[in-house]
Amino acid sequence: MSDIRDKVAVVGAACTKFGELFERSAEDLVVEAGLAAMADAGVGPDRIEAAWVGTLSSAMSGNALSDPLKLTDIPITRVENYCASGMEAVRNAAFAVAAGMYDVVLALGFEKMKDMMMGGLPAPHPVIDNGEAPHVFAMTANRYFVDHGADKSTLAKVAIKNHANGAKNPKAHLRMEVSEDKVLGAPMVYAPLGLFDCCPTTDGAAAVVLCKAELAREFAKDPVYIKGLGLSVSYGRPQFDPGFAYDGFKSTRIAAAQAYEQAGVTAADIDLAETHDCFTITEILNYEDLGFCERGQGGRAAEEFRFALDGEKPVNPSGGLKSFGHPIGATGVRMIYEVTEQLRGGCGERQVKDARLGLAHNLGGQAAVAAVTVLGKERS
Amino acid sequence: MPSISSYAAYLPAYRMPREVMARQWGGHAMPGERTVANFDEDSLTMAVSAALAASADGASLDAVLFASTTSPYRQKSVAATLATVVGAGPGARTLDLSTTLRAASGAVMTAFDLVESGSAARVLVAAGEVRAASPDSFDEQSSGDAGAAVVIDSGKDGLVPVARASISEEFHGTWRRDSADYVEGFPGSLDAKLGYGRVMPEVIGQVMAGAGVEPKDIGRAVICGPNPKLAMGLAATLGFDPMSQVEDTLWMVAGDTGAAQPLLLLASALEKAEAGSLILWAVYGDGADAMIFKVGKGVASARPQPSVASQIEMKRPLENYGKYERFRGLVKRGYMNMDNSSASVLFRDRREILELCGGKCPECGALQFPLDRVCVACAYAGGLEETLLPRQGRVFTFYENHVFPHPDPPMIEAVVELDGGARFFGQMTDVGTGEVSIGMPVELVFRLHHDEGGMHNYFWKARPARNGKGDNSE
Repeated sequence: MSDIRDKVAVVGAACTKFGELFERSAEDLVVEAGLAAMADAGVGPDRIEAAWVGTLSSAMSGNALSDPLKLTDIPITRVENYCASGMEAVRNAAFAVAAGMYDVVLALGFEKMKDMMMGGLPAPHPVIDNGEAPHVFAMTANRYFVDHGADKSTLAKVAIKNHANGAKNPKAHLRMEVSEDKVLGAPMVYAPLGLFDCCPTTDGAAAVVLCKAELAREFAKDPVYIKGLGLSVSYGRPQFDPGFAYDGFKSTRIAAAQAYEQAGVTAADIDLAETHDCFTITEILNYEDLGFCERGQGGRAAEEFRFALDGEKPVNPSGGLKSFGHPIGATGVRMIYEVTEQLRGGCGERQVKDARLGLAHNLGGQAAVAAVTVLGKERS
Repeated sequence: MPSISSYAAYLPAYRMPREVMARQWGGHAMPGERTVANFDEDSLTMAVSAALAASADGASLDAVLFASTTSPYRQKSVAATLATVVGAGPGARTLDLSTTLRAASGAVMTAFDLVESGSAARVLVAAGEVRAASPDSFDEQSSGDAGAAVVIDSGKDGLVPVARASISEEFHGTWRRDSADYVEGFPGSLDAKLGYGRVMPEVIGQVMAGAGVEPKDIGRAVICGPNPKLAMGLAATLGFDPMSQVEDTLWMVAGDTGAAQPLLLLASALEKAEAGSLILWAVYGDGADAMIFKVGKGVASARPQPSVASQIEMKRPLENYGKYERFRGLVKRGYMNMDNSSASVLFRDRREILELCGGKCPECGALQFPLDRVCVACAYAGGLEETLLPRQGRVFTFYENHVFPHPDPPMIEAVVELDGGARFFGQMTDVGTGEVSIGMPVELVFRLHHDEGGMHNYFWKARPARNGKGDNSE
């Protein structure tokens, strides 16, 4: 297998305001994110040689990107990998550059969720339940409570931390702090998960411009370098897997191992991480699956706020899906945007000090699809 | 000599005190309570529950007869669905009997004829009924929902017929037109006096004469009827002692269960029957059927679980008329919001869906559901062996869905580790918030999954184990 480390740089990154954007269309969001990412890199559309666009269900085909931006007559591919569709766009774009095929490419993710009564994953079988995202996490939470002695107040700590971070983020969907009483007093949604254990459904778009690492210094701002790009797909119907323990997600563990190996680093080297906290329980398991703490210790880590903004390794300084929001196809790209901005030192109030190596983790479906990207400030 | 070799009955868990219905509409409350089929139960699912409890060994069945005036389909064999669920082979004859309250007694007599003539060796008769009672009526209070089943074969130890009589009449006692949602009747006492009060004594007289017996010779008189006053009054008139001889109509605890009533009351009587005693069974509707049976040792010692007596006690109170409206579809709302129905998928996957047929890996031995092409445990691609999965297990984990529109909220779904290790995932039923825990013993029951998309979609759901012992022991 070939090595991706330091072959591709992120030279432009942008993200729209996330939220319930009833007054804005998918076209508005795609155009804003796409133009802003190119502007950030200091390039025009004429420099984009190929593009990838990630969306779960807001549009189909390369036209999802070509039509809003009028970015025509180049190769454009739409990718879909559940909630990891965004990082999948970045990953495919990066490998095309690393392969030497293109010098400068665009990866964009978006989702316009609030125009439809959207939620959940498609269920192609009339009665055999192929599952949707929330229930695997709710059922994992119930199992975690029994196996590790955690409870709903453990989960609440994740919401408190991520909302505290998101309150500092002007682009966040739910830009507010929450108290433990508020979290625990919220209505049940997928019990044991209450309203504040769940990320919102959000409209938004994010985009990055990638280039061959050798060219990175030619662009407007400081580049960051892709160190590792992991992706793993496990059995998508864990509810029918006789060996599935509901104690974490193998997809994340394998994708992280790939990314760490490619980057030549370990979990301990990571300065900050944007992880897929679609539900509070998910972030607790992410700590364990990404190797930020021992298996079974994620709940305790949450209770101790070990991964707060001023903690040992800030997780979701942006507010995460929980507060920043989760426009499905946009999220993976938004994470790359956030880590890029952190490594460039442009995050203002939520800036992580001395950030040199960051990780982004994008999960999809019933946690069966996991993408992990490691980004670094320096080219080694 | 053909006989009824096994039997069982099914009462849905929900019970509504009649006073709740009276309070809803204003007016007189009848005493007692009635059974109410859950939102995911219908005449088929209750017939299935009874048939499975009657140990209907599917493979050996030559014929499957379904009896109901409230079949879930006007055109489509429900007996064929029943036969598939219980595992009868494609060679089994299937027959649906409907539109008369004598559907079950007619089916039983037909089954005896089939076995006696040698054209079938083993026949399942299963009845189910969700009464079509008009809202805001005494019928609504008086009715009840139930299922019941018997197996008829050539075993000598069963319930052996001694005599039978039938009277068929053109008579408007109660009826439901093809265009009507609810049962109708002629006002006043016409049905009670000119119908029931005339034809039931006549058919009972005929069958007693045929058997050459007097009322004192009868161990148990199972006299069906719409209410206990009519049945008990008739029994007393005929010379039976209502206290010692006449089977309770279960009206106070279940209601008038229509086409399911004859087999339900027969099951109730058999639970107490002594070997060698005689049972009189009389059924009313568009005429009347009557049989006298002698109780054999085998059927006297067969005690299907859970018994009718224990099911009367296994109840979930339904004290909210709004839920009853949802259960019976009296309010229209897309509760399940599942409009995906596919006749091709239902056919292709019929063994998985209806029989709970899973796979066993010939390489690693893992039991699994659904029946994938490639083993979930070891990726063996040579094909899994089709295997009927155990329908008992324990909750591995679960959650409660408090946002999904559901007739009996919250919708609770669970991953069940079935005995043997296969995992089942699906809805739970007959259970409420806070009642499910990890490790809880459950059993899978056959229920309506969703109705949208133009066809009934049935599947299995998990219910807290209900064998009368609160655990999974046989």
